[in-house]
Amino acid sequence: MSAERGNVRIQVLLWTAQRATAALLAVCVLVHLVTIIYAVRNGLSAAEILGRTRGSAGWAAFYGLFVVAVAVHAPIGLRNILGESLRWRGAGVDAVMAALALALVAGGLRAVYAVVT
Amino acid sequence: MSTLNVRVWRGTEAGAYQEFEVPRLESQTVLDVVTYIQRTLDPSLAYRFACRVGMCGSCAMTVNGRSRWTCRTHVDKVADGARLEIAPLRNLPVVRDLVTDMAPFFDKWARARGRFRGAATRKEDFARVSPSSTQRRHADAGIECIGCAVCYSGCDVVSWNPDYLGPAALNRAWTLVNDVRDVENRERIRAVAGDAGCHACHTHMTCTERCPKQISPTAAISGLKRAAALAALRGDLDRD
Amino acid sequence: MNNDWRARNHPAYWAFVVHRASGVLLTLFLPLHFWALGQALTGEEKLESFLHWSDQPLVKIAEVALVLLLAAHMTGGLRLLALEFLAWRDWHKSLLSVAAGIALAAGLLFLLNLY
Repeated sequence: MSAERGNVRIQVLLWTAQRATAALLAVCVLVHLVTIIYAVRNGLSAAEILGRTRGSAGWAAFYGLFVVAVAVHAPIGLRNILGESLRWRGAGVDAVMAALALALVAGGLRAVYAVVT
Repeated sequence: MSTLNVRVWRGTEAGAYQEFEVPRLESQTVLDVVTYIQRTLDPSLAYRFACRVGMCGSCAMTVNGRSRWTCRTHVDKVADGARLEIAPLRNLPVVRDLVTDMAPFFDKWARARGRFRGAATRKEDFARVSPSSTQRRHADAGIECIGCAVCYSGCDVVSWNPDYLGPAALNRAWTLVNDVRDVENRERIRAVAGDAGCHACHTHMTCTERCPKQISPTAAISGLKRAAALAALRGDLDRD
Repeated sequence: MNNDWRARNHPAYWAFVVHRASGVLLTLFLPLHFWALGQALTGEEKLESFLHWSDQPLVKIAEVALVLLLAAHMTGGLRLLALEFLAWRDWHKSLLSVAAGIALAAGLLFLLNLY
């Protein structure tokens, strides 16, 4: 048996978290795509973007939630890909994926802060 | 009379294709071709078959890149022009030529707890199971599996993840999860969940495409994913 | 011995490839996206200058591609959620073409609104 048989419960919870965030992200992405398509009409400007997001608790909450959901969703998927394509499995890749999640939260929330304040 | 150009795998994992010219006949199957080669051209060719009528699954091989039963594969249907490429099933150790070692396949079947465990004795009455109940319909959709390993051979996740139990073992586990008489389902769900189990399936659906019995292991594995998620939330997976 | 493209040449497998590739590419894009938006930290000017830089044809083509990737990953993901969480129905077979259609429509709509 290899490291795979380690902790089944955690693996199932990771899968569940990824599917749950997937459902949430479907809504976020739909809103985001509609916003993008609307916003690029007649050109895109910083003033237009920031005019919409500055001081808005709504957009702050929306994009904040979006960032956290992506930070959970993407590393779990990437973990599978690294294990299957590069055969990289175990504590090492798990640690790197956790670090990636934190980096995405940090970078993402910084970006949200930048457009909301 | 026309001939087929047939490339056949010889050797073990380290081996090579050997070419043969085989007379092409009407209604010829790929098993007919392999048999002709072994009886007439090269008696040292190793291959498996038994019923030759599509019931036992022993003759499963890779034909022009796809896993299938050779007794049920007409040459006319798969020949690329007049060319055939015949190789052993994928994802299994090669014993010799077209013969694979099926032990890992059945070991995983056992690891998935793919066998029935009941609690009734001869003193109890028969279990009453309605054929139209949801659980029985789910079970019936998968119980015709004869363990031919065509699905296992076609599965890329098996190739990428050596521990992955594979579509056949998981399909069998699902039929038992839906068997109301089975008393071992808590342990069974723990056995089939996780990175080496149902959660590694990426719905490529090659298994469903290739199954000669038209079973959908993908549907069974999706069922196991749902069952495992419920078990995790209920705390049934807590002890490892 | 492993399978080659002949065993993989069917729709559900292409859907997997698109989904996995789009996921990887989008993840690689995210740091750039966060950095670009983070330019607004010091005020409008830096973000505006980035947007000005992005107003060239090659970047616009990349943006259309990104919208397609995002839409494809979303619709493909919804298809997977249906396959995994709903017991198999016959209409599941059409999910792939529906997903592909919606993704392409999103990309087209973006492209049309650019000009």
